[in-house]
Amino acid sequence: MKKDWPLWEVFVRSKNGLEHRHFGSLHAADAEMALENARDVYTRRNEGVSIWVVESKYITASNPADNGEFFEPAQDKIYRHPTFYDLPDEVKHM
Amino acid sequence: MKDQDLYNYILGIADNSLILGQRLGELCGHGPNLETDIALTNIALDLFGQTRSYYQYAAKIAGDGRTEDDIAMLRNERDYKNVLLVEQPNTHFGHVIARQFLFDVYHLQLMNALQHSEDEMLVAIARKGVKEVSYHKRFSGDWLKRLGDGTDESKQKIQEAIDHFWPYTDELFDMSDSDKKMAEQGIGVDLTALKDEYYKQISEVLEEATLTIPDNPYSKRGGKQGIHTEHMGYILTELQYMQRTYPNMTW
Repeated sequence: MKKDWPLWEVFVRSKNGLEHRHFGSLHAADAEMALENARDVYTRRNEGVSIWVVESKYITASNPADNGEFFEPAQDKIYRHPTFYDLPDEVKHM
Repeated sequence: MKDQDLYNYILGIADNSLILGQRLGELCGHGPNLETDIALTNIALDLFGQTRSYYQYAAKIAGDGRTEDDIAMLRNERDYKNVLLVEQPNTHFGHVIARQFLFDVYHLQLMNALQHSEDEMLVAIARKGVKEVSYHKRFSGDWLKRLGDGTDESKQKIQEAIDHFWPYTDELFDMSDSDKKMAEQGIGVDLTALKDEYYKQISEVLEEATLTIPDNPYSKRGGKQGIHTEHMGYILTELQYMQRTYPNMTW
């Protein structure tokens, strides 16, 4: 049975105001089943207030082999971090 | 016992949840797959949670020193008043879903009606239970449609399961003497009033699942009087093993 079921990625919002975060994946035959399975597998200990599911095949992922060209050029661009500014005292949440 | 009828009435509801929960619990580690295994044992835990509230209340009413565990674990077969439907074996996944759905529709009707009881404790238990049972019905109903409107094999198996359990549904609406007295006092639910709506709801889902509504006038009953099928003894043997082998053991 299971070999025919596609893989789904599960995103759960743990509290109102927070963003959905990736919780894990599971198998399901359709979207409704994926939602119910996610509810039973990932939120039975009161972990969430909202669930998104998406079939894994619709997620386009970066290739780890491309990490050099994708991510390393940003490593020496420290001036892109806002660490060179003097923050006024009035600004509290930075 | 002063409130013997209320005590009997509570046990009549609680025993259905206990025995169905025990049946579902058998699937722990044996579900068709990880996701369904967790879903079905979640439902079992919901049912056990509900039975605890009922048995705690029943123990208080009995007032003879027995605890919720004594009532749940230490009665003899004839003293369990669950309907025959919930004690039927799991057999295959289609049977698990069909049995569950045929019970869930009734159970949700009962929880909805029980919220209007004159008894505050039963109202409180029903208010908590109604959300759990709504989800049970959604789960089993979705699966029923999925299997009915699925492959030729799934359709044939779920139809066979529905046909198999159909004769057990009529007993859900039987009323014992205590049931009748409690309904008259506004504490219990008049089950006969739920019957038409039950078969209407079931028929709608069966149609949506492209399944045939059974046309079988024969019915099987007895559980509500304590006359059980041959399966009940085996369930109780497993359920009661720890308390019978190690009396008074606790977690």
